[in-house]
Amino acid sequence: MLIGKVVGSVVATRKDEKLEHRKLLLVQVHDQHNKPKEQYVVAIDSVGAGHGDMILYATGSSARQTTVTEGRPCDAVIMAVVDSWDLGGDNVYEKWKS
Amino acid sequence: MFLATVVGTVVSPVQIPVLDGRTLLLVQPVDPQGRKQGRVRLGIDHAQAGVGDRVLVMDEGNSARQMLDAKEGAVKTVIVAVVDYIERDGALAYDHRDERSTP
Amino acid sequence: MHLARVVGRLVATQQYEGLRGVPLQLIQPLDDEGADHGEVVVACSAISSGPGDFVHWIDGREAALACPESFVPVDATIIGWVEEAWSNGRKLAP
Repeated sequence: MLIGKVVGSVVATRKDEKLEHRKLLLVQVHDQHNKPKEQYVVAIDSVGAGHGDMILYATGSSARQTTVTEGRPCDAVIMAVVDSWDLGGDNVYEKWKS
Repeated sequence: MFLATVVGTVVSPVQIPVLDGRTLLLVQPVDPQGRKQGRVRLGIDHAQAGVGDRVLVMDEGNSARQMLDAKEGAVKTVIVAVVDYIERDGALAYDHRDERSTP
Repeated sequence: MHLARVVGRLVATQQYEGLRGVPLQLIQPLDDEGADHGEVVVACSAISSGPGDFVHWIDGREAALACPESFVPVDATIIGWVEEAWSNGRKLAP
């Protein structure tokens, strides 16, 4: 899984019918130091993530292993909203501080 | 499947049950000429391979589970063959045949 | 299946239902000399690993099969603790 930040959403009227009623979120990838990368992914949300949340997303066929994405065209799914993480014993991100 | 060279061994006393009793080897993916291609992997030995051998590695879960008879196991990278020789554009790119394997 | 070093821990209370109680850890993949290779990823742990540990992990859909609940959106799981590894005749010390 990779860490990212929900920076927006994507809306599309004309789309594959299996994508209907699925929330498509625009995620900017962050590295382990919480530094944003110039890398974006559009992911289907399975946990109720919102704008500004730091999230984890899974890719590949693993992304279809949720009740929200099973049998649908999906290669990236948000599967957790991050509370905090540490690196080498030092706190990098803490949701409730920001 | 990809080509690799067995470069080392791994001792893993704590691991998921499906790996118990199986040999894990470090395999370095290589091109037909033997040059390194990307990051080293761990492969489950299914061909009695040893360090220095050029091998063929399967990297797909369903195939791995079939070969290892592990229905639900988290296995993926399996050494399936020790390579005798590789032919490329009519020439031998790698030849490791000895009296034993030469017809 | 790959080698890595555990470099951190991550907490997420709001997560996909089948993942409750599964530890999430940051891992740095390693090359054949035990040096860092590639980006840090977040993995579930199927063993009792922790920061500083030398481990091996599995990626892709198979990663979910090592979790207590296997129908989960997981693409990386730590599946073993490495006591020692030898590569090109040298002992790796990541």
